[in-house]
Amino acid sequence: MEFSGSKNYISTNDLTVAVNASIALEKPLLVKGEPGTGKTELARQIANSLKLEIIEWSIKSTTKAQQGLYEYDAVSRLRDSQLGEEIKDITKYIKKGKIWESFETTKKSVLLIDEIDKADIEFPNDLLQELDKMEFYIYETGKVIKANHRPIIIITSNNEKELPEAFLRRCFFHYIQFPEIDTLRKIVEVHFPDIKKSLLETALKKFFQIREVPGLKKKPSTSEALDWIKLLLVEDLDSKDLKSDGKNILPKLHGALLKNEQDIQLFEQLAFMSRKED
Amino acid sequence: MFLDFFFKLKNAKIPVSLNEFLNLLNALDNQVISYDVNEFYYLTRTCLIKDEKLFDRFDLVFGEYFKSIERIELEDVMSSVDIPDDWIKQMFNRYFTEDEINRIKSQGGIEKLLKTLKQRLKDQKKRHQGGNKWIGTSGTSPFGAYGYNPEGIRIGQDKRRHGKAIKVWDKRIFRDFDNTKEFNNRSFKVALKKLRQWARTGINQELDIEETISDTAKNGILNIKTKKERENSIKVLLFLDVGGSMDSHIEQVEQLFSAASNVFKNLHYFYFHNCLYEGIWKNNNRRWNERLSTYDVIRTYGKEFKCIFVGDATMSPYEIVIPGGGNEHFNDEPGRVWLERAITQWPSYIWINPVIEKYWEYSESTMIIKDIFKNRMVPLTLDGIDKATKILTQPNFN
Repeated sequence: MEFSGSKNYISTNDLTVAVNASIALEKPLLVKGEPGTGKTELARQIANSLKLEIIEWSIKSTTKAQQGLYEYDAVSRLRDSQLGEEIKDITKYIKKGKIWESFETTKKSVLLIDEIDKADIEFPNDLLQELDKMEFYIYETGKVIKANHRPIIIITSNNEKELPEAFLRRCFFHYIQFPEIDTLRKIVEVHFPDIKKSLLETALKKFFQIREVPGLKKKPSTSEALDWIKLLLVEDLDSKDLKSDGKNILPKLHGALLKNEQDIQLFEQLAFMSRKED
Repeated sequence: MFLDFFFKLKNAKIPVSLNEFLNLLNALDNQVISYDVNEFYYLTRTCLIKDEKLFDRFDLVFGEYFKSIERIELEDVMSSVDIPDDWIKQMFNRYFTEDEINRIKSQGGIEKLLKTLKQRLKDQKKRHQGGNKWIGTSGTSPFGAYGYNPEGIRIGQDKRRHGKAIKVWDKRIFRDFDNTKEFNNRSFKVALKKLRQWARTGINQELDIEETISDTAKNGILNIKTKKERENSIKVLLFLDVGGSMDSHIEQVEQLFSAASNVFKNLHYFYFHNCLYEGIWKNNNRRWNERLSTYDVIRTYGKEFKCIFVGDATMSPYEIVIPGGGNEHFNDEPGRVWLERAITQWPSYIWINPVIEKYWEYSESTMIIKDIFKNRMVPLTLDGIDKATKILTQPNFN
């Protein structure tokens, strides 16, 4: 089982090695990187290209580790017992969580734990044992659930909180870098195969110019570049339309690239300064 | 295998554990990668390094370690290993076009060429470059690399010869991420977490199983009882000194601040300059237009708030003790009075000082403030924060 990118997803060499190492050794892969560089997409594409089922667990600030394993519905059980039913099987009050689901699939599956840094600071520590041994214990029934097939686990983080050492030691780690111009060109071509060469080159050049302006609050990333180029195509613009004059330093439809008022102001100031120099 | 590399990483203060190292060996055993030095670099990085801030340090160690391996000359390898003729012949067919092979035949055929090669390897002891006989680089002899002789045997030169391009790890693209911090934000957060106070507030939303069971047992009919949800009820006021001598401590203070805003939901922060006076502000960019009266702040927030001052306490003593001593404006009342008002209002207080503790005694103003704060001054280190949480959670600490 080997991953090497797919026709919708360009995987760089280092990413490929990291993914394959984590598949071969059956250990979770922790993926970090700037927002919009395709961290979540990676898991979906791995599932897609290896033809596996994907189970997504999106983490929120209120998510508890236990919820990934199972939840026990005590209230329903209490209600049923009140109605005079004799309860023989309490398993029906146990609701499976996402991790359990991924343990039970008939084939190997891909488990995506998305944005793990959103949860409480202790959250990753509560999952150590489960991710290590790929098994857990249900207190209510006294049963141990073991994974049929160890799932491929992809964990993403946006760096909002630092993760505990013990957790990191059990993962492989990859930092998705913002792509270089060649890689980005490939990525755009994969998404928009019919794009005109001249438009693509000008757009990419403009895009990297904007990214390199110092002091940006939020640098536009891959997903913004794709959105912007999509807009350019929809509006049927030409490479000539992207030429900037002194009055207007930002290219057309820049709303897709800069989403912060202060950033747009920064460019207005730059334009003002360049006009003064003229 | 690679044990000395592992220790080199340890020496460079990169936190690698034995488990991670075994993982790497395991991955190599499982042939996750082919014999490619770049892939090897990526694999070691993904196995051993778990933080992009450490990538740069890793690159340096990796580069240094593998330079020493690269220095092994091809000739050393050739002369120590007896290469089977078949193997070389096979390589021949891969590297040369038919036309070239024909020309080689014109020189007496491959066997003769190989024989001469082996003979010359034996004669030649040193590394060689240029010239027209010995094996080396850039020459016109039939043996060596980067040569001009079409009949030559290419040694050690590959399409992807790594020496040509800058190696991945030599690019040091992760340099910006390394900021060798003394403490990381996580340890701050964990330290601050000790300040949490759990209390049940708000509306009854959570099922109270204990109460439900006991009530149901008592009355014989199900009676659901609920209770309030448990929440962190700690309330914190943070007063931050900005500007002037505080500029050199900005990074530390930012870390503390981001850690605090992550841990406490009920956090209010204010800025002041050097010492507390009648006005403070919430937005540092608009400090002159949007001033709050310190009186109002003292009246607004009740005694249950924990009060944390962060500042270097380094200023002229006049700024604390006499009216009109403030360095930015004329203050009717001395700073000391304002500080005392604050700590009387909030009995649970602490001053966190980013200056290294042993320098405190050389600054008169620091000693004055320490005195006003009844010795409740701690340095902005992990230990200091730990001490601060202890002081703040004990109501009658002296």
